[in-house]
This record gives sequence, C-alpha cells and structure tokens, in this order.
Amino acid sequence: MKTIVKYVFLDLVRNKTVLVYTLILAALSISVLGFDANTSKGLLSLMNISLLFVPIISILFATIYFFNSIEFIELLLAQPIKRQKVLLAEYIGLATSLSLAYIVGIGTPLIVLAAGAASFTLIATGVLLSLIFSSFALLIFVLFKDKTRGIGAAIILSLFFTILFDGLLMMFIYSFSDYPIDEVVVGILSFNPIDLARVLMLLKLDVAVLMGYSGALFKKFLGSSTGTIYSFSWLLFWVFLPLLLSVRIFKRKDL
Amino acid sequence: MISIEHITKSFGRFKALDDVSLQLESGRTISLLGPNGSGKTTLIKSVLGLVIPEKGEIKVNGQAVRNNWQYRGQIGYMPQIGRYPENMTIEQVLNMIKEIRHENTRYDNDLVDGFELKKIQHKTMRSLSGGMRQKVSACLAFLFSPDILILDEPTAGLDPVSSELLKEKIMQEQDSGKLILITSHVLSDLEGITSHIIYMQDGKPLFYKSTEELQEITGEIRLNKIIAHIIKGQQHNKKGVEHENHS
Repeated sequence: MKTIVKYVFLDLVRNKTVLVYTLILAALSISVLGFDANTSKGLLSLMNISLLFVPIISILFATIYFFNSIEFIELLLAQPIKRQKVLLAEYIGLATSLSLAYIVGIGTPLIVLAAGAASFTLIATGVLLSLIFSSFALLIFVLFKDKTRGIGAAIILSLFFTILFDGLLMMFIYSFSDYPIDEVVVGILSFNPIDLARVLMLLKLDVAVLMGYSGALFKKFLGSSTGTIYSFSWLLFWVFLPLLLSVRIFKRKDL
Repeated sequence: MISIEHITKSFGRFKALDDVSLQLESGRTISLLGPNGSGKTTLIKSVLGLVIPEKGEIKVNGQAVRNNWQYRGQIGYMPQIGRYPENMTIEQVLNMIKEIRHENTRYDNDLVDGFELKKIQHKTMRSLSGGMRQKVSACLAFLFSPDILILDEPTAGLDPVSSELLKEKIMQEQDSGKLILITSHVLSDLEGITSHIIYMQDGKPLFYKSTEELQEITGEIRLNKIIAHIIKGQQHNKKGVEHENHS
C-alpha cells in the first residue's frame, strides 16, 4: 500500500494543476495578509476564500483524477494486492498532495506573516476540507461508471454544500422562526462540513457573535472549547464516512 | 491451469456470460475469439477478479478466485488500453509494480531489453505514444515470468517488428509449459502461435478446440479461413432452422 501511495504522490507532485493551485493560494494569502495590518481581518478573508475554493477544487480535481486513473487502477487490481488497499492508497496519495498544496500555499505565508493559534486553525480547517472533499470524490468514483456523470455529481455536491445548503437552512429558520429551533439548527449545521469549518474558525477568531447566526448559536450552546471539539469531531466524521462507504461499495464493484 | 465452472454474469438485463464452463490447461496458447460484446473481456476480467460473477466458481491452479488476492501473483496481465499516471516515468512504473510484487525478485527482462526501454526509461508516460505504452504493458506482464499470461489485444498498437518480438516471446513461454490466454481481432497475428481456439458468442463458448482439429474439420489451413468457414456454417444452420419454423 505504501508503494502505491508513494508513486501516486510522486505523480501528483509534478502535476501542473496541483502546482497552479498551490501558486494561486500562495498569491492570494500573500496579498491578503500583506495589504491588511489587521491579521484577524486578513484571516477572515482567507477563511472565506478557503471555504469557497478548497471544496470545489478538491472534489473536481479528485473526481477527474480518479476517473482518469481507472485503467491504471485495473492494472493494479490485477496484481497480487487487496482491492481495498488499492483504493485507499489512491485516496491517501491524492488527499496528501492536495493537503500539501494547501499547507504550502496558505500555510507558509501564514506562518511567516501571521503566526498564531488562529492561523494554525485555518491551516487545519483547509486540510480537513481537502480530505473531506477528496473523500466525497472517491465515493462518486465508486458509485458512477461514467466520468461525465461523475463530474456532474461532483459539481452538484459541491454547489449543494457551498450555496444551496445555507439557502435551505435560511428558509427553514424563517419559516419556523416562531418556534424554539436553535438547537435543531445546530444539529442541521453538522450535516454541512463547510459550515462546520466556518464555525471552527469563527470560534477561534473570537468573532463568532459578530459573524452571524451559526457562530452565535455554537457559542451560546456549546461555548468556545466544546464547540471547537464538537465541530472538529464532526469534520473528522465527514472524512471517514464517505471513505468507509467507498471501500464497502468498491468491494463488490465490477470494473 | 484455470478451471471455470458454470460462470454467469449479467449487467442489468444483458447476459455477458451465460453458464460458461472451461478447462484451460497449462502448456497451451489459447485464443479467445468472438464478435464485440460476446463476453471475452468479461471472462478475462472474471479470472482476474475485476468482475465478480453472480454464479459459478473460477479456480487458478486450484485456488478459488473469489475473495482471494494471492493467486494473482501467478498471473501476468496485459490490458487492452494501457493508461498510466501522466507524470510517472517508465522506470517508475516498472519499479512500482516490482515493489508491489516484492516476493518475486527474479525478473524476466527479455522484453524490456527487446523493446529497448532502458534507453527511454526517463520519459514520462504522458509523452509516450499508444504503441510505446503498449510495450510497457507487455513488459509488465512478462516481467515476473508468471505461470499464466493473460493478454488482451496484445498486438493491436504495435509496429511489425515489436509485434514479431512479442509473438516470439509468447511462443517461448508456451514451450516452457505456461498457459497463455490471448484475445485478438487480428487473426493473422495469432497464426502460428495459438494451439487452441475458444470462440465466444452471446456469452457462451461456441467451441473450444485445438487448431489441428479445426484444420481437419474445415479443411482450411489459415486461421481466418477456418473461422469464416465455421461462422458461415453456423449462419447457414440458423437460417435453415428459421426456414423450417416459417413453413
């Protein structure tokens, strides 16, 4: 398994898309942190950029990469090695390189220009989002036979989490505003990794109350530290759920 | 040796394999022929464990294929389409498979030398032509001198010289008592190397006979003539049956 991880990683390190992704992240973080003297504001801007771009780029790139590797995966499966190992190795190789791209692109400028606990949280959130959305991409890969449909599903899923989910949540909150739904809303938020990532970051920046409904709710019900642990565990759950499902489905998949 | 017993596999309503039973003995070079969609690739993929049949059992040298992976150490597989990670070099691809099959350290480098891959081993897979990638696939299949070789359209993209080299290698392996399973549409490429022929149609083997036997039955010597002869006879029979049904 280590062998496959190593070679997938070696392949992706030299991939032009990953390189461009890293460079764009680096350029964004250097410019955002460089222009603003207030690091807290800079971190917030970087957070918004990360929440918007990391999920969609991770899931799209990963889906395309997995579908392009299908012939190679077949060749690997014809070797004396377990099915699950091949699939997990492909995932680990890909998720590592996307996380590394984020760490180099956003992390390095952050540590140089604005080292601190909040910066560290932002890096961790970005890495978690990369892992989660690569994991969703893997699930799409084992569920769909066709590359085009797979890419379509990836686009829909990422749009759902970045835009549609919050819209639906807003609708829900407005229509039930006469009832005590605060706890329900906290529960619903756990179903969206992007919202969880936002909450995690806002709690750390201590601007949660200023930054809208979800942050305020988390602060009110769970407090900063419990809220952090709560959202962090849910984020981990979202890494492993699609991953385990993929492995189970892949066991019986025909290639 | 591969024994296939009552294998059935369907994709939706389409029956790709319909109760197929075959005994593939060592020391034979078996050509798997048949029209598109007749189940050749599905049969090969079932042996490799890439496709999981609904019914039946496949054994490779006595080991059941289902829920097993060790048996694949005895098989070398050359896929129809060889696509590799773009930025890997030829050397990396070869090393990767060597590391995966680390129990096997005796390498058969005949094809690597024959195709002169050492000279271009630092080229990335992206920069290679289809035929070059085909050569890499062939090298990977033969590299570990496995007991069983499964070659899916091996000569399709190769130039005549390389194709000849591969055929020589196949014959050499057959003489050393290995089982070689080939699918191909280029019948002239199989001429002289194949000892047995399986003809698949609609998910079933129509016949499984040695080349000599077929030559005797049909009175033809060349492979494409033999196949044409049998197919014609088949269609003739079918029409006869239909005719009888009408009247």
